[in-house]
Amino acid sequence: MKRAFAILRHNAPAIIVLVGGIALWEAVIRGLAIRAFILPAPSSIARALGENWTTGYQILPAAQATLQEAGGGLIAGALLGLAVAFAVARYPSARDIVLPVGIAVNAIPIVAFAPLANQWFGSQSVYSKMAISAALVFFPIMINVLRGLTSVNASSLELMRSYAGSEMAVLTKVRIPNALPFFLTGLKIGTTLSLIGAVVGEYFGGLNVALGRVVVESASTLSFEVTWAAIAVVSAVGIVMYLAVLAAERVLIPWHPSVRGERVA
Amino acid sequence: MTGERVTDVPVVSLAGVDKDFALPGGATMTALTGIDLDLRRGEFVSLIGPSGCGKSTLLRLIGDLTQPSAGVVTVNGKPAPQARLDRDYGMVFQAPVLFDWRTVEENVRLPLELTGQERTARDARVAEMLELVELPDFARHYPYQLSGGMQQRVAIARALTFSPAILLMDEPFGALDEMTRERMNSEVLRIWEQTGITVVFVTHSIPEAVFLSSRVVVMSARPGRITRIVEVDLPRPRGVETRESRRYFEMVTQVREALRSGEGSGTSDDSLASIERAEAEGLTG
Repeated sequence: MKRAFAILRHNAPAIIVLVGGIALWEAVIRGLAIRAFILPAPSSIARALGENWTTGYQILPAAQATLQEAGGGLIAGALLGLAVAFAVARYPSARDIVLPVGIAVNAIPIVAFAPLANQWFGSQSVYSKMAISAALVFFPIMINVLRGLTSVNASSLELMRSYAGSEMAVLTKVRIPNALPFFLTGLKIGTTLSLIGAVVGEYFGGLNVALGRVVVESASTLSFEVTWAAIAVVSAVGIVMYLAVLAAERVLIPWHPSVRGERVA
Repeated sequence: MTGERVTDVPVVSLAGVDKDFALPGGATMTALTGIDLDLRRGEFVSLIGPSGCGKSTLLRLIGDLTQPSAGVVTVNGKPAPQARLDRDYGMVFQAPVLFDWRTVEENVRLPLELTGQERTARDARVAEMLELVELPDFARHYPYQLSGGMQQRVAIARALTFSPAILLMDEPFGALDEMTRERMNSEVLRIWEQTGITVVFVTHSIPEAVFLSSRVVVMSARPGRITRIVEVDLPRPRGVETRESRRYFEMVTQVREALRSGEGSGTSDDSLASIERAEAEGLTG
């Protein structure tokens, strides 16, 4: 009870700004009589959300489908990023080949490939969306994990040497624990990217029940309240995914300065 | 091991040891030259000298963390690399080098994990070591929750978990304040007396070297060599009275004069220190 109160107090400024912002938005729309196709009022967005939750545009099942695509893409991209990072860290000569190519590939706006991914995997398939997500997630994970595996304190390596520790022991006891916070940072960046990949993939066709489709179709029929409702739900999904990584950080790296600093005093 | 303190069998022996570092551009720099040194079992020996005299390099040669350019390093009757593989020594660095992600007891346990020792024996040994450095109440703490002195005590406990014959310490208390340093000195002496281990201790503090050591090896820079070995005949056990005794001041003066007479040109050589650092960092790749 006391702890719940402390958390509430800690977050009070953010909550006040959020609630105040929504109230101001509502007041401005009503006061200036702004038309819904410019910017609908929060109350009408909420109404649209309620009306289309499971019926009509079916926002709830759509959110589930999008979450599945983004989550699948995130996992696939993370695994791929981990695999490449470990390989490159293990064979330093590979670094000179992989890194320049990786950086060049990363400069390509991957979402531009969304229509092609639909061609390759089938536009109705969840895999085309996952592929876009995975491609976006891959790079930040790979770069972060690689940095974590290689930026190991020189004295830590000497210490392991003084204990006659094997390469494997150095990997499991020094490099991997050192890389864990870096991986989680990459994963946090990845959550947002994976949602972008999924939603943009959906814009170019796919399952009828998916948030990207809701955005495209509601906008084309000028139901902008529904468009905004879908955007709000996408944002909520993104926040939930981000919070899930934060929760994982608290469990996995309680010793890390970033986690230590977040504790409510 | 406690039965045969200070015998004539050298536990560490360096014979005709040179160490050159390659400089960028093809030149070489002589860090150590003509080092002959025998350490008796159970001795407490300090290496002291100006910055850049190669005292840390000498310690790292004993630990096989770097290799001699000429000469032979024998540790515990074996070539230094074999002694390292047999885990005949424990090492304490200037920084505690604790792993942030491990609690105190997990840090102390690390060396034992590398040998795959059975769990209950392992846990008992870790508890014993924490007892030895008087930190049993902090077993579950993370390093960031400890003071600098406590972190260094954890590092000492970790270095001793294998019951090594030799403890190599590279300016372990250089980063601590004077009061903590004096307390740590007494602590190290207590552990040394309790375990009968041979200690090689690098320092740039004359009082610290005199207070701790059976012998103080005085070195000079450019090139690094041993200029004198001072036998410290202060009675043991040593404590606060030791630091206030006349004999102690005489010994401090003696070591200081030995250092001064070995100075030669009167400048120390910091470039070696930077090469040592660079070499240590070279291990990252």
